[in-house]
Amino acid sequence: MNSPRRERRKADPALSDPERLYVITGDPDGSERAHLDLVTMIVAQAQPTPTVQPEQAVILRLCQAPLSVAEISAYLGLPFSVVTSLLTELLAAELIESRAPIVRATLPDRSLLEAVMHGLQKL
Amino acid sequence: MDFRSSDTITGPRSEDVLPTTATAAVKVVIVGGFGVGKTTMVGSVSEIRPLTTEETMTQAGVGVDDNFGVESKTATTVAMDFGRISISEELILYLFGTPGQERFWFLWNGLFEGALGAVVLIDTRRLEVSFDVIGRLEERGVPFVVAINTFPDAPKHPVEALRSALDLPEEVPMIDCDARLRGSSRDVLMTLMRYLHSLSLPLA
Ligand SMILES: Nc1nc2c(ncn2[C@@H]2O[C@H](COP(=O)(O)OP(=O)(O)O)[C@@H](O)[C@H]2O)c(=O)[nH]1
Ligand SMILES: [Mg+2]
Repeated sequence: MNSPRRERRKADPALSDPERLYVITGDPDGSERAHLDLVTMIVAQAQPTPTVQPEQAVILRLCQAPLSVAEISAYLGLPFSVVTSLLTELLAAELIESRAPIVRATLPDRSLLEAVMHGLQKL
Repeated sequence: MDFRSSDTITGPRSEDVLPTTATAAVKVVIVGGFGVGKTTMVGSVSEIRPLTTEETMTQAGVGVDDNFGVESKTATTVAMDFGRISISEELILYLFGTPGQERFWFLWNGLFEGALGAVVLIDTRRLEVSFDVIGRLEERGVPFVVAINTFPDAPKHPVEALRSALDLPEEVPMIDCDARLRGSSRDVLMTLMRYLHSLSLPLA
C-alpha cells in the first residue's frame, strides 16, 4: 500500500474543553441555559399556558410523548441552541420535564452495553 | 429567524411516537470524510426517516490586527443528520452523522461528550481524509471502531495493511461494511458495543 501513513496521538486530558475558535451564537457563557444534551429526553408536563411563545406551545404539543432535544430541533427547524433556550424557560416554568442521557463513563456500564447489544440483535 | 407557522409542524408520524416509558437515551457518533457513507449508514439502521438538526456557530474575531477593536464575526450554520433505534421500551439509541465541515465537529457542544463511542467510516480510496478525525478521537479519549465502507471501485487492501497505515492499536476493531445494508450497519454498531464492553472488563 503506497498511501500516506498516519501517526497515533495520545489522549490529552486538557482537550476535554477544546480551544474554541467558534462559539455558539448568542451563548456568551452558557450560564443562563439549562444543561441540555442533543439526546436529553423532553416530556411535557402541562398544556401550553397563555404566556408561552408559539414555538414553546409547539414543543409542549410535540412532547406529549418523549422526544429528544435533537428531534425537537429537527421538527421545529430551529438551531439546537435556540431550542435549548426555549426549553430552559419551559423547565423553569415546570411545563416540561427533562431526562439526562446516559453518558460514557470512564468505566463503561456493562449491563447498559448488553442491553444495547440485545436491542441491536433484534434489528 | 422565521418560525414556521405552528400548525404546519406535525412532529413524528404516529408510528414513530415513542412510548412514555422511553426516558433513557444514549448516542453514538458516525464520523468520516465527505461522501464516505455517514448519512447512508444512519438511514439504513434508523427506525425513523433520518432527521436534521442544526447549530449556528459564530467565528470569534481574532482581533489582533483589528484597528477598531471591533470583532469581525462570521456566522455559519452546521447541519447534522441523525437517526434513532429503540433498544427497549425505556432505552433509545441515537446515531449522529457528523456534518461535512470537520472543524465544527468538536466545537458543537456535547456532540462527542457523553457519546458511548464513535464509528469511523473510511473509504480506502481516500484513507487520509480520516487521519485527523481519528487523531482527535484519540486525543479526547473517545473509543471508536473503524468501518471500511466497500465501494465497488475501491482498492482492496488487507486489513493489517490498513491498520498499519492508520497506525491503529491491535485492539481497535476494524470491520468491512456496506453502509447501504441494514444488517451490515447493524454489525458495525454491534462491533462497537462489543469493543466498549471489552474495555469495561478488567485487563487480563
Ligand atoms: N457502493 C457503495 N456505495 C455507498 C456506500 N455507502 C454510501 N454509498 C454511496 O455513496 C454516496 C455518499 O454517501 P453519503 O451517505 O451521502 O455520504 P456522507 O457524506 O458521508 O454522508 C451515496 O451516493 C451513497 O449511496 C456503500 O457502502 N457502498
Ligand atoms: Mg451526509
